[in-house]
This record gives sequence, C-alpha cells and structure tokens, in this order.
Amino acid sequence: MTTQTNTENDAAASADSASTILEVKNLSTQFRTRAGLVKAVDDVSFSVKEREVLAIVGESGCGKSVTALSVMGLIPTPPGEIVGGEIMFGGKDLLQASDDEMQEIRGGQMGMIFQEPMTSLNPVMTIGKQVAEPLRIHLGLSKAAARVRAGELLSLVGLPDPLEKLDDYPHQMSGGQRQRVMIAMAMSCEPKLLIADEATTALDVTVQAQVLELLIRVAEEFGTALIIITHNLGIVARYAHRVNVMYAGKIRESGTAADVYKNPGHPYTAGLLSSVPSLMQSTSGKLQSIEGEIPDLTDLPSGCAFGPRCPYVQDRCRLEDPPLENVGDDHISACWESAQFRGTT
Amino acid sequence: MSMTTSTRSVLDIRDLQVHFPVNRGVLFIKNKGAVKAVDGVNLSIAPGETVGLVGESGSGKTTVGRAIIGLVKPTGGVIEFEGNNVLEMNSAALRQFRRQVGVVFQDPYGSLNPRMTAERIISEPLVAHHLFNSKQERRARVQELLEIVGLNAGMASRYPHEFSGGQRQRIGIARAIASDPTLIILDEPVSALDVSIQAQIINLLDELQDRLQIAYLFIAHDLSVVRHASDRVAVMYLGKLMEVAPRDAVYDNPLHPYTKALLSAVPVPDPEIEKKRERTILTGDIPSPTNPPSGCVFRTRCPIADEACAESIPELREVTPGQHVACLKV
Ligand SMILES: Nc1ncnc2c1ncn2[C@@H]1O[C@H](COP(=O)(O)OP(=O)(O)O)[C@@H](O)[C@H]1O
Ligand SMILES: Nc1ncnc2c1ncn2[C@@H]1O[C@H](COP(=O)(O)OP(=O)(O)O)[C@@H](O)[C@H]1O
Ligand code: SF4
Ligand SMILES: [Mg+2]
Ligand SMILES: [Mg+2]
Repeated sequence: MTTQTNTENDAAASADSASTILEVKNLSTQFRTRAGLVKAVDDVSFSVKEREVLAIVGESGCGKSVTALSVMGLIPTPPGEIVGGEIMFGGKDLLQASDDEMQEIRGGQMGMIFQEPMTSLNPVMTIGKQVAEPLRIHLGLSKAAARVRAGELLSLVGLPDPLEKLDDYPHQMSGGQRQRVMIAMAMSCEPKLLIADEATTALDVTVQAQVLELLIRVAEEFGTALIIITHNLGIVARYAHRVNVMYAGKIRESGTAADVYKNPGHPYTAGLLSSVPSLMQSTSGKLQSIEGEIPDLTDLPSGCAFGPRCPYVQDRCRLEDPPLENVGDDHISACWESAQFRGTT
Repeated sequence: MSMTTSTRSVLDIRDLQVHFPVNRGVLFIKNKGAVKAVDGVNLSIAPGETVGLVGESGSGKTTVGRAIIGLVKPTGGVIEFEGNNVLEMNSAALRQFRRQVGVVFQDPYGSLNPRMTAERIISEPLVAHHLFNSKQERRARVQELLEIVGLNAGMASRYPHEFSGGQRQRIGIARAIASDPTLIILDEPVSALDVSIQAQIINLLDELQDRLQIAYLFIAHDLSVVRHASDRVAVMYLGKLMEVAPRDAVYDNPLHPYTKALLSAVPVPDPEIEKKRERTILTGDIPSPTNPPSGCVFRTRCPIADEACAESIPELREVTPGQHVACLKV
C-alpha cells in the first residue's frame, strides 16, 4: 500500500513554458460506410506540449479514438481516409510521412495503449520477447541486452517477480498486470508522446488507480507527454492539465482542466459534468442528464450539432455552426449562447 | 428513494453459500477444491428499498444475484422471499416467486434475443405468467410498458440491433417490470453506458421505484452511482460482506479498511478536490476465491492487518446503529 498526494497539477505551470511536441491542424478523417459518409473527425486542431497531460472526453462515437488513430497513422484505409489537415510531430508532417517512417515513429517516439491489452499482446509469445521486441527494433539492442532491459522495465512498472514474468504468457496474468506490461512496452523507447485510449476502463477502480498512478509516474520519469482518452471525468480532473471536449467529430471546448470544470464554456460540457452523481454528497431525485443521444454522424443536424439536445438552443444555433471562440484565458468554446449560458451578460 | 426498515423484508438472505466445484480438467486434479464465489452472506432488503452491492470484479456480486433468481443453486444458506424459503418452494410457489422478481443485466446485447422484436421480448413474462386475456390486451400492455420506460409504442416491431445501448436497456427494464415485480435484481444496469445515458436510466429506475414500489438490489462497481441510487450499501470482497450500512454511513464514515480503500481509489470530477486529496492505493489484485486467505479474506491487501487477522475470521458486527462491519480491528 502507498499513500500519495497529487502533485501532477503542479506540473501544469511548468508545462506552460515547454515547447509544443504535437500540433494537429484542421484534421479531418472520414469513413465510407454503407450508411453514408461518416465525418468522424471534422476540422480538429489542438496541440500538446512537452510533458503535458491532455485529456480527450466526450460520449462514445464522438471521434476520440479516430483522432488518436489518425495521429498514430493507424486509420484503416479503406474505409477510412484522412481528407485534410496536418499533424506536426518532431518537425515533420506525419501525414506526409512514408509507411516506413511511421513504423519507425510508432513504438519509438510515439506509443499507444488500448482498453483491451489482450488484443495488442500476442497470446503465444512470452511477455519477455514482446517487451524486448521494440527495444531490438528501435534501439538496436542485442537479444541478451534487450532481455535484461525488458526485466528492468517490468520491474519499473511494478510487476511482482519481474524476472519470472519474462517467461510467462499474457493469459497467465490479470487484466491489471497485462496493462502494466503494455505500459512497459509503450515506454520502452522513452517516447515523446503516449496515447492511452480508455486504457483503464475495463479495470476495477482499485487497479485503475494503480495503473494510472504508474502511468503518470513513468511518464514524468521519461519526460513523456500523455493524451488520455477517457469517459471518466474523475480521471480527467485528477490527472489532466488540459482537456478537449469532443462532440460529433468536433472539439467543442478546450482549456485547462481547472477552468473547464469550474466554469464550463459549453452546455455539452456542463451536461456531462452534471450527469455524474457525487461521491462526496448524497443526492436524491433526478440527475441532471443530457436529453436524447448523439446524432447519426452520417446525417448531422444543421447548425450546431448539439442543438437538438441543448437546453439553451436558439434559432441561430439551428442555422449556423458556432466557431471556437475565446471564453477565457487559454479557454475556447464553440457555442452561440455561451455568454447567456455562463451568465456573463 | 424511501427507507422502509420497519416493515418485513421482501428478501432475506441468511448465510448464503455458493461454492462451484473445480474438478474439471487435468490441471486441477491435485488441487480439488471449490471456488468460494459466495461464502456466508447475510443481507435483507425492505419493500421499496434499494440496496447497493459493490466490490471488485470476482467478489461474488453477480453470483448473489443469480442465486436469488435461481440461476445457480446455493450450496448452503437460506433465501427467504416475503417470509418463505425459496429453496424449499413447491412449483406453484416458485412460479409466483418468479413473477415477483425481475432482473436486468449489464449487457442488453447479450440478454435480449437478437431475433425477437421488442414486442416479443417484453411479452415473454406476460406469456409465461398468463397475464393477459387476449392478443389485443397483450399488445396494449406492451405499448403501455414501452411508454412507461420512455420509448415509443411504435418501436414495438423493431429488433434489438435497431436500438441504441440506452434504448436496449430500457427494453430490458420494460421486460423486468412487465409482471409487476416487488423486487428487481439490477446487475450493472448502467455500467456499459455513457454518463449522460447512464443518468437517464438511473432517473428512469428511480421514477419506476416511486411509482411501482419496487425494491432493488443494485449491483454496480461505480461507487458514485451507487451512492445516488441506494438507501443502504453492502460492500463485498472475495465472497463475503465487509460492511453493510445506510449510504451516508458508508460514504461519510466508512469503517472497514476495504471500504475506505475503495472510496479513496475513485477520482472525483473536481480538479480542486483532487489536487488536495490523499489517497490510499491498494496493491495487487483480488486473490483467487479457490484458495482465499485464512482468517480475514482481505488481510493480504489490508493496510492495518496484523497476525490476529490471519487467525480468526471477523464476523459482521453492528458497530454503530445500522452499520455492520466485518473487521477485527474496528
Ligand atoms: N473502421 C471504421 N469504419 C467505419 N466507421 C468507423 C470506423 N472507426 C470509427 N468509425 C466511426 O467514427 C465515429 C467516431 O468513432 P470513435 O472515434 O471510435 O469514437 P469514440 O469517441 O467513441 O472513440 C463513429 O461514428 C464510428 O462509428
Ligand atoms: N459458473 C461458475 N463456475 C465457476 N466459477 C464461477 C462461476 N460463476 C462465477 N464463478 C467465479 O465466482 C467468483 C465470483 O464471480 P462473480 O459473482 O461473477 O463476481 P462479480 O459479479 O463480483 O464480479 C469469480 O471468481 C468467478 O470466476
Ligand atoms: S480484519 Fe484485519 S485484515 Fe481484515 S480488514 Fe480488518 S484489519 Fe484488515
Ligand atoms: Mg473510442
Ligand atoms: Mg458481476
């Protein structure tokens, strides 16, 4: 057992002066499906600074994973296609990079971990071989040296008996242990950026806390920036410096976690926050949920896509899609009614 | 939700035991034993009450629910429904019992037959318990149920895949209330849903409870949801209850070290609170129920365990009024 306080938010200040390592500009990714053209990511721009922890939130189907997969160069084509934008990383536009270059970057400078580690781990290869593989490919370590380093990495991610675990197979481990192995693999080349897509969603809250604290600690140690994709607004509050709120393929709000939670700039964000019941206080009666469900991405409503569910909707919202505008220092939101909704008029 | 503890219980579980044999397969021959999924659970639910059941996966929550509705056979103990032992009921009494106890599962995909229309799915309990006199009457009842759960009567002819996750869960709820139950077992009913849809379903369950006076056993692992939804909360670990108390006692004054650890692991959606919050993080995973630790089953992960905890098994004791705790050091 360990007792810990949260020091992550202190790092936010120092992240200010740090340089940008990822800059996504006007990214649009679409899928051709039988039902029609899905604009999964539509004109999305954001950046990540060195050592920063950025969270992406929003309901299922809002384009969070497609954003991450676009950055990683993992969009299945067809049916998917990145139809526009730039993804600047390490001085080059990844959308112009060759397959070989992308392969080199993935698992080297940039890594990703997913919700279900079993789908990313090879069931018939030992853990030791799998952790050693990126070390041999990207760092050119010898077989023996890679095995030694793999053992060190398993110990770094807190696996009990790490040297014995080298010869185990994935199915011999618990879900939490497998996710630790994924972190060891993703961090093995000390990447500049790691994307964790719902990486702790399938874990129990106790194990989720272990894995997240580990992820943050290792990222700090290696100077890795994190993009955490999650639907858990508590995780965002605890670990993220900044947060992007996505709805129907677009970023609708972005700012520091502190500002976004304290004074949301978009009715969608406010709706998400009030849907979560409190752990700290007993409540009864109706939870303030968001009415309805996310729209069909092949057939978006005109104007603001959140309009049909929005308690503040006005005629203008149904006609024109609101642009992202400043609602505070380093805080943007796309809502025609944000001033009314925030009570600032 | 109302607190009605003075009345007789709807459900009274005493010393419930569900042990699964592990004797299949070569691997286990040496170590013939049992998975002690549920190992001595005592729990009662009053009419119209919601009891939350929480704990890590593998702690036995689902098995408690399945034992109540007869999907697994207990290896010991008593399950009393409105004063009668379910395990000794004759078939007529059992049929009546099944009419009065509904169930909603986590995965509306898995629990709704993909080849049946919503109408047929919701009709099932009506048919099983002969709750209509004519086809028109049945159809009218299905339409009424659809509207009660917030769907359109016109959706009756659709198949499960034509509904969203939240809508499928509404169909599952319509089926569960069709036979007018007095108790519904809700096994992770909102775990697979987005927070916005989760809130809609919780509101629906709350509304139905007020309207129909149903008691709920609300199994979930989201502790915030359970606080909002429950009157009392039971905390389970490795087949045993660690703490049972009214919700405010469990959340504001948790006494068992496991309850404390669970609560402290939950990050709350408020950066200001999180910045200051001290956390106790349990190490390791829940041990195997085939070979649980001696003495207190929690001792291998417990921050305050000592030698005594390996020796004797702590009983669930009433420590403050209404708050029952199974810990030697409380
Ligand atoms: N391989 C694919 N083929 C077709 N549509 C896809 C594919 N991957 C994602 N989509 C669609 O893109 C949209 C955004 O999905 P995603 O980014 O996975 O959402 P989430 O925010 O839940 O991660 C959804 O409508 C989804 O159905
Ligand atoms: N039919 C079964 N046969 C053998 N073991 C089972 C069976 N059902 C459940 N178990 C075991 O019983 C324990 C408790 O499971 P479960 O009741 O599903 O826990 P929870 O719902 O709290 O996650 C687990 O270790 C599980 O593997
Ligand atoms: S009995 Fe001992 S091991 Fe069990 S919870 Fe209490 S202190 Fe911890
Ligand atoms: Mg996703
Ligand atoms: Mg379960």
